[in-house]
Amino acid sequence: MRVNQGTGAGVARPPDLAQERPGLRERLELASLAVPFRVKLALVWLGIFVVLGLLFALAGFDTAWMREEWLFVLKGLPWTVIISAASIGLAIVLALFGALARLSRNPVAYGVSGFYVSFFRGTPLIVQLFLIYLGLPQIGANLERYVPGIHEALLLDPLTAGILGLGLNYGAYMTEIFRAGIQSIGHGQLEAAYALGMTYRQAMRRVILPQAVRVIIPPTGNEFIAMLKDSALVSLLGTVVSQMEIFRRAQLVGRADFRPFEAFILAAAVYWGLTTAFQFFQGRLERRLSKGYVREYGAERRPRFLPASAAGGIGPGALEVEVPTEAGPRQER
Amino acid sequence: MEGSADGRPVIRVEGLRKSFGHLEVLRGIDLEVHRGEVVVIFGRSGSGKSTLLRCINFLEEPTAGVVEVDGIRLEPGHRTSNKKELIRQVRIRTGMVFQQFNLFPHMTALENVIEGPVTVKGMRREDAIPMGMELLARVGLADKAHEYPIRLSGGQQQRVAIARALAMEPKAMLFDEPTSALDPELIGEVLAVMRSLATDLHMTMIVVTHEMGFAREVAHRMCFFHEGRIVEEGPPSEILANPRDPRTRRFLDAVL
Repeated sequence: MRVNQGTGAGVARPPDLAQERPGLRERLELASLAVPFRVKLALVWLGIFVVLGLLFALAGFDTAWMREEWLFVLKGLPWTVIISAASIGLAIVLALFGALARLSRNPVAYGVSGFYVSFFRGTPLIVQLFLIYLGLPQIGANLERYVPGIHEALLLDPLTAGILGLGLNYGAYMTEIFRAGIQSIGHGQLEAAYALGMTYRQAMRRVILPQAVRVIIPPTGNEFIAMLKDSALVSLLGTVVSQMEIFRRAQLVGRADFRPFEAFILAAAVYWGLTTAFQFFQGRLERRLSKGYVREYGAERRPRFLPASAAGGIGPGALEVEVPTEAGPRQER
Repeated sequence: MEGSADGRPVIRVEGLRKSFGHLEVLRGIDLEVHRGEVVVIFGRSGSGKSTLLRCINFLEEPTAGVVEVDGIRLEPGHRTSNKKELIRQVRIRTGMVFQQFNLFPHMTALENVIEGPVTVKGMRREDAIPMGMELLARVGLADKAHEYPIRLSGGQQQRVAIARALAMEPKAMLFDEPTSALDPELIGEVLAVMRSLATDLHMTMIVVTHEMGFAREVAHRMCFFHEGRIVEEGPPSEILANPRDPRTRRFLDAVL
């Protein structure tokens, strides 16, 4: 590219672009600017899948086998969902009581919840699962002569032990989430509730917790997604054939036919679909909970980057943020 | 327990003290407020005005002294379940309006107003709704009943907060600097509502405020707070026209 050199003491003048015939590179840039970002993004994803597909084809990926067996793996989905849903239910209950106990001045409640959170956050989930599944029956057997029937009661089937372990473990993490959520509600709210004559319990139930839920939902959703994946660990306890979840089924069928890669890709795809679907529903729930916190519905839109106009190119003003105009002063009706 | 048919004060405070650590905020307050009386409390910030209100309904535990509301007597000490119940009874009988409104943001204006009667008094929702609408109409916000607080201006929020307190049918109202957080053009609408409470409903009120115009017009009595004590009190005509205490005079010179 020719650069007009100044005649003075080496002062470089900006190149006179208007007189240049645009080169290929520049024409590509201009054409690219006309394509919306979203379309480009979709193309990138498409590209990734094409590359992966080619790679798998070269590696002798057995798609016929996958078409045959994917239903078998998919049948584990209800069990994955059941394990996760039951565990998150248990975790939410534990987290609620754990958080209230962490905020209380009762030394027993505070101490017990402190121990609970510390132990279950401080040890590996897989160790906890084995402690519950294999360790509890041993305790039960030794205590049988003091407490008749306890051996039977502590002999849990893998599914129950898994749900208990996951619930206890996630409940410990979520105790902290719930505690932070409750503490994020200003003290004035509690005072206003008390001033009306509410008891602590009423103030929590009617005023504090409904507001805290809004703060708690997004991180709880994250925990649930993590749990969908961690539910695979329950397989390591061994499961009844009729209750096998996704991972266990993939393991089984992959091992039987020597197709581990195909089997686990199937499993991964099912988990991925599941978490993606859940993220979608979580987003909708969060939008519903935002009522009472969003003043103008237009203001919800995030500011977007304006595409630099082809004529202006990249220069000052090209990165201006579009401010939605309807978010102006509040309209009094 | 009809408060003052026999001339007994609705609110009586005796020898009230409150310390935060080493800082003594209230140093022996005696105050009686009779039925239908409007008492305005004023003074420099940090003089203990808000703390007094918060000690009356035990949002703050006093260090010493006696609080009596509508015949219920409260003294500082351990909160046994019996005492908790007495505190709750006092709170039910006193409506409090906060500087920062403290409306419940997850409830509409109407839901805010009926929350107390429904949850605390066990009123049926169907009965509470017309009552709530009536109260919102009284504060001039019938058309905003179904709006969430965030869509209301500060003045409107504070009027909803007043309606919320009134919904409990309190024996007395405590106003803790109700207009201090408001833009100047919104103060008038809140004061107008408070004025009508005093003149139309003959509500017993303790008002902590710097609005001297409101005090002159509505108050029966004014108390000047200085360093945790009431150093001067009397009818507004006297206090505002010729304060006896030099500290009162200096304060009034600064704000008027």
